Amino acid sequence: MFPFGFTLREREIRGALALTIIRALGLGFLGLMAALVAYLVWRGLGAISWEFLSQYPRESMTAGGIWPAIVGTLWLAVGSMAVAIPLGFGTAIYLAEYARPGPLLTVIRLGVNNLAGVPSVVFGLFGLAIFVGFFGFGRSLLSGCLTLGVLTLPTVTAAAEEALRQTPASFREAALALGANRWQAIRQVILPAALPGMLTGAILALGRAAGETAPIIFTASAALTLAPPESMFSEVMALPTHIFNLATNGTRIAATRPQQFGTCLALLTLVLGLSLVALILRARLRKGRKW
Amino acid sequence: MVDGPIISARDVDFFYGSFQALKGISLDMRAKEVTALIGPSGCGKSTFLKLLNRMNDFVPGARLSGEIQVSGRSIYGPDSDPVSIRRLVGMVFQRPNPFPKSIYDNICYGPRLIGARKKADLDIVVEKALRAAALWDDVKDKLGKSALELSGGQQQRVCIARALALGPEILLMDEPTSALDPIATAKVEEWIKGADLSIVIVTHNMQQAARVSDHTAFFYMGSLVEYGPTMEIFTRPREERTENYITGRFG
Repeated sequence: MFPFGFTLREREIRGALALTIIRALGLGFLGLMAALVAYLVWRGLGAISWEFLSQYPRESMTAGGIWPAIVGTLWLAVGSMAVAIPLGFGTAIYLAEYARPGPLLTVIRLGVNNLAGVPSVVFGLFGLAIFVGFFGFGRSLLSGCLTLGVLTLPTVTAAAEEALRQTPASFREAALALGANRWQAIRQVILPAALPGMLTGAILALGRAAGETAPIIFTASAALTLAPPESMFSEVMALPTHIFNLATNGTRIAATRPQQFGTCLALLTLVLGLSLVALILRARLRKGRKW
Repeated sequence: MVDGPIISARDVDFFYGSFQALKGISLDMRAKEVTALIGPSGCGKSTFLKLLNRMNDFVPGARLSGEIQVSGRSIYGPDSDPVSIRRLVGMVFQRPNPFPKSIYDNICYGPRLIGARKKADLDIVVEKALRAAALWDDVKDKLGKSALELSGGQQQRVCIARALALGPEILLMDEPTSALDPIATAKVEEWIKGADLSIVIVTHNMQQAARVSDHTAFFYMGSLVEYGPTMEIFTRPREERTENYITGRFG
């Protein structure tokens, strides 16, 4: 008899039961993922070809490919990070290293957390009002990047702050005790140590930016472009809005079904590819670091 | 300042917010000696140690009154600069905390902060510091390797070498062997006894204090109970509280 009122046998059964439930949940999740991917591959793989990936759409989108949408999505994703990384990393450094606990910090953190929970369509409307309208950037790559940048800012900030907080305080102490000032300690010791985690968060946010639809419908996306974007003020095609347009607005919705699934598959591959890059990068940067 | 104390504290009160961590501490430490700070957890010995290189500056709500002089200069005066004080007063921490960089870059961190750039100069500094920390022979062939790949005892000696690279007059050691095994501890203790600079060491280990130090200060509940030559403190303490502590009746 154990002191907590369970017999050894009871504890064994409870443990086994918990393990079974947890395992079932994990397998269920895995199955769901696999089913989703399998379905997309089944429906979309037929549409994928070199032509599909490398050409402009033709004949009311029933033929040709998605090249401009791939390019547009990459531009939007990279551009949004050009906005979110400096702002997000800066905010994270402030929050993790400088801000003293108090009302200001509480308000900023509340803001970051709430911003992360705002539906993406709201960011779309915000971008339309501010970047497209107020600043006069029009419907353009620039407006789209700024909107997606604001959208991913909380994710980038939160991940970076977490990574900074996880660097051991002893690094900071050591640097300060050797005569570094605060900024030197951050720049030379804390940032290099936290960078893998910070970049992982940024790349995951990049994946999210690549997949977002609502924020760019109003701010950046064109149904069809016949040339690569000329400048930051050009409209661009993008994979998620291309799927949306094919599936809802086109004149030949049923006839473009293969293209719709093909585009889905391409987008999924792109996003998963980015996550993979994040994993590899993190593993490489973490090599030889145990603390 | 030839014969004057290297460290001199006068009527030091120290507060964390409203909690008074140190009460009227006055003591003088002699140059080139090893001074041990002992006492039960929370007695203020580590707090006092960290006052000596102003590492408590970063604690929100910290407040100090009284005066502390290092080499005859007031370190809390209006025109004292914490950054230059920390170069004069080095510190080694409880757990080895080398940076995730090469051994070489660890040692060079301090010198580079004050503008040392030339490889030839840095090479000399690195060798001198590692020799002084009794680590040179162990690592001279792998200076480019990450310091984190060394054993715990070697890591702690890298930290000592890193502090010595700045040529400090004083080295503060905050329980420097509490995370080390007995053999590594012995090596660090041996180093302390032979070192040619002033050392202030906080320790929980009575035998260690007795082995390595010339003078011992016993702290209890924020006050300095007794301070004197280590031999006397451990053989004929004047205060009953000191005797109870060193004989293990509490702590």
